[in-house]
Amino acid sequence: MDMSSLWRTPDRGTVRDIALVCLADALVGASFGAIAVSGGLDPWAPIAMSLLVFAGGAQFAAVGVVLSGGGPAAAVTAGLVLNARLLPFGFAVAETLGGRRLTRLTGAHLVTDEAVAFTLRQADADRRRVVFWLCGACLFVSWNAAVAVGALAGRSLGDPGALGLDAAFPAVLLALVLPALRNRDACVPALLGAVIAVAAAPFLPAGLPVLAALAGAAGWRVAEGRRR
Amino acid sequence: MMPVWAVAVLAAGTYAFRAAGPLLRGRVRLPGGAERTLAATATVLLVALAAVSTLTEGGAFAGWARVLGVTTAGIAAVRGAPFPVVVIAAAVVTAALRLCGVD
Repeated sequence: MDMSSLWRTPDRGTVRDIALVCLADALVGASFGAIAVSGGLDPWAPIAMSLLVFAGGAQFAAVGVVLSGGGPAAAVTAGLVLNARLLPFGFAVAETLGGRRLTRLTGAHLVTDEAVAFTLRQADADRRRVVFWLCGACLFVSWNAAVAVGALAGRSLGDPGALGLDAAFPAVLLALVLPALRNRDACVPALLGAVIAVAAAPFLPAGLPVLAALAGAAGWRVAEGRRR
Repeated sequence: MMPVWAVAVLAAGTYAFRAAGPLLRGRVRLPGGAERTLAATATVLLVALAAVSTLTEGGAFAGWARVLGVTTAGIAAVRGAPFPVVVIAAAVVTAALRLCGVD
């Protein structure tokens, strides 16, 4: 096999974009660590989650449910529902991971929204492989290092309420979800779900209102399907 | 609290979602539309979580300081502000309002 094609370097633009995404995710990671710890979790929890779960949205969701008083089961459910989207992503990069079983099992852990997006943008298979591993490894290192820094610094931050950190968490979620909301079809069920969740919040134990939103959105989708 | 088992179950489930494709490669295909449905589900969940954690605290109204802080962040995000600006705006506005006695 021609080694130069196997290790063909990705173009400079891609490398720069990957670096920028790593930097942005590091900021998210640091805020995740700080918010989790200032909310009352031990530093091991955000650090272990980041290493083992390695999915920002789900980590924020699970910790958010717990910090608002929800049970761990509701937190795990919210995180798993979010991460179900990784299933099609895994299929999308299966060819790229290719080869040996151990390689595929290792690569699977590095499947993220960002890594898949960068990988699928490459035209040829060799380049896809290099970009996947480069993006996956860089994100894994920067994300986990940043979460650890945030978690260890979080303790010395003082009163989270006075610092407005409770507002930082929903702001992170908004920033994460905004690109998806530019799609009109996604907008209506999402807003409907939000209304249901907020309306249910005074009556349901913490963590369940968010899951009620899913039921509402699913119902809307079924009704919409009949209309067509 | 976040018990060890919760982290373990979340990690194992997440890994199963990730590894299914690479392990079943070529033998199983996902039905068309599965990807869109799962992406839409993730959007609904994130928006609901953002709304609940903006407006409520322990089932009651969370107070104007947080709501206005997140609103500021939302406007900044829509106008294309970079991520750190969005998050810092939320915290700064909320903290400033509380300092002024609004809660």
